[in-house]
Amino acid sequence: MKLKKLFLPLFLLLLLTAVLLTLSSCGGEKKEKVVLNVYNWGEYISDGSEGTLDVNRMFEEYYLETYGVEMTVNYTTYASNEDLYAKLKSGATGYDIIIPSDYMIQRMANEGMLEKLNYANIPNYRHIADYCKGLRYDPNEEYTVAYTYGMVGIIYNTKIVDEEDVGGWDLLWNEKYKGQILQFNNSRDAFGTAMYSLDINVNTRDIAEWKEALSMLVKQKPLIQSYVMDEVYNKMERGEAAIAPYYAGDYLSMVENNEDLAFYYPQNEKGETVTNIFVDAMCIPKGCGNKEAAERYINFLLSEEPAVAIAEYIYYASPNSLVYNNEGYRETLGEDMEMLYPDIDFEAVYGEYSYENLDIATLQAVNDLWEQLKIDSSTLGNGVYIACAVLLVLLVAWAVFSYVMKLRRRRYYW
Amino acid sequence: MKKKSLLGQAAAAPHVVWSVLFIIAPLLFVAYYALTDADGNFTFKNFGALFTAEYLEIFLRSACFAFLATAICLVIAYPVAYFISKTSPKTQKLLIVLVMLPQWMNFLIRTYSWMAILEDTGIINTVLGWVGLGPVHMINTAGAVILGMVYNFLPYMILPIYTSLSKLDPRYVEASADLGCNAFGTLLHVILPLSRSGIISGVTMVFVPSISTFYISQKLGGGNFDLIGDTIERQFMSAYNYNLGAAISFVLMILIIVSMTVMNRFGEEEGSVVT
Repeated sequence: MKLKKLFLPLFLLLLLTAVLLTLSSCGGEKKEKVVLNVYNWGEYISDGSEGTLDVNRMFEEYYLETYGVEMTVNYTTYASNEDLYAKLKSGATGYDIIIPSDYMIQRMANEGMLEKLNYANIPNYRHIADYCKGLRYDPNEEYTVAYTYGMVGIIYNTKIVDEEDVGGWDLLWNEKYKGQILQFNNSRDAFGTAMYSLDINVNTRDIAEWKEALSMLVKQKPLIQSYVMDEVYNKMERGEAAIAPYYAGDYLSMVENNEDLAFYYPQNEKGETVTNIFVDAMCIPKGCGNKEAAERYINFLLSEEPAVAIAEYIYYASPNSLVYNNEGYRETLGEDMEMLYPDIDFEAVYGEYSYENLDIATLQAVNDLWEQLKIDSSTLGNGVYIACAVLLVLLVAWAVFSYVMKLRRRRYYW
Repeated sequence: MKKKSLLGQAAAAPHVVWSVLFIIAPLLFVAYYALTDADGNFTFKNFGALFTAEYLEIFLRSACFAFLATAICLVIAYPVAYFISKTSPKTQKLLIVLVMLPQWMNFLIRTYSWMAILEDTGIINTVLGWVGLGPVHMINTAGAVILGMVYNFLPYMILPIYTSLSKLDPRYVEASADLGCNAFGTLLHVILPLSRSGIISGVTMVFVPSISTFYISQKLGGGNFDLIGDTIERQFMSAYNYNLGAAISFVLMILIIVSMTVMNRFGEEEGSVVT
């Protein structure tokens, strides 16, 4: 009887696995059609919306013409490096192209999650500016092709913020703008703002220095309106908040909807730009189904027409010389050219201020500190606790009262 | 005992498979992660880490927020459910659809919209501005978080109470009146106890999602009122500390089970008052 009970579910389980296995093995057999799964940041490619060029459809046509093979690009998006990493780490396979940021590439390469690229299939790699090659995350030029780069700056509302207060990171700690300041809702970037202002190396392994940064953030917490990521667009565009640290490219999209916004790269007292700089680069993860096709896709994205379309759409700086030397592109950007491509010693600034992959122990310690900051409730009023206590007392009183009534009634009837 | 027919067993099999695959197996995973460290060695360290003032506070805070939200839901939902159950069958159907209507829209979108409504430059304050009343600060307060919970979970309180009230035999109410009980007494001693099952399932269905929610507190609390769900999300999504995340989830699960047991006891005792 017991065996029988077990047998049926087991049998069905086996059946289910068998069905799933046959389903998944189907994909590899057809040869005349190629599918590429591209996994990228949201809003990070020219996708045909608002009359722009649809780069993925264009690649499909190009592929059919050039190689006589039907190509389908499956394009999906993620919201953060951490999401991407969690997804791939949890065993999701079948992604052919990913575009993570530098420190995440470093971690993935260290953990053997990336394929080495065959640059012979990517001739357009020669158009990538030299300063975006062989950077810390890929010193031997094995795994990556740079896609975009950018720097964090401070966006502020000129109607509220006085011009004399801007210039450095201290604007984020200015009591005058209490309740109108936004802060990153992710540990690395939020700690970064404190560390740049304290002149601490953002890649330090010294926990004491991280704690020093934490005390800065604790001090800042009462001034913060909210900790945000993508809500920053809405809040800055509508004038709900006046100050926010964010990326130069995103500022350009915001200023289109609110002309009062302005932007600067924070400098220290010596007048040097001290801020985060990042590079996002295209990589091929392990488990890629068709590496050659993936490399052709990378190469295609570097050719002039799609590259310019992408750069014009996403408003981030491109390391591709076909883009930043393109007349039409320079004209479209106009004055913003200087903001997106600031005149800095790229390699020096990158070496000094970009994020490096932290070892597990440091990462854990930083996350614990971040948790402390987020859980800390010195800003929480006690109203909720008082209301709860009052309600609980009322409930208990009612329970006792009912119980007493019950006893009295019993005595009455008996 | 009579053996069940093979057909009967076959019919139950999908459910058994489902439960094993999607309820029991995940629970085992949670327990496994909670009791191991990053290298897979057995440890109680993850639970030990939770016995700090910070984590105790966040558990207490989540419980308080959920408790208040549930209480407010009950106070709003009971009269609404009672009113709906007293209308004609046709109107009842319409009203129930209206209660469910907001649920047709995505939960995230609904919460995001509340941001636009409550902000200092939001809809409410814009209208108040026209009337000449100063802006009232609502977003990023504890009240906004509780409002978000009440708004999102209210239908789960209304529906079960409505169901139990509509099944209530009107003859009990008549009998109570015949025996000389006034309307308030009838409500307190007849209707309320008889709709107990609806109240209990309503409270369960509001309290459990409220105490474990994470999105509402982030958007409407501005990251200043993080609840236990936010902490769990962070452990899994950005800190990669699956073990600590699993331990917190485990404790949360126990907390929910305990509060449900207490509540069911409480409900039973209340019921026995009338019998």
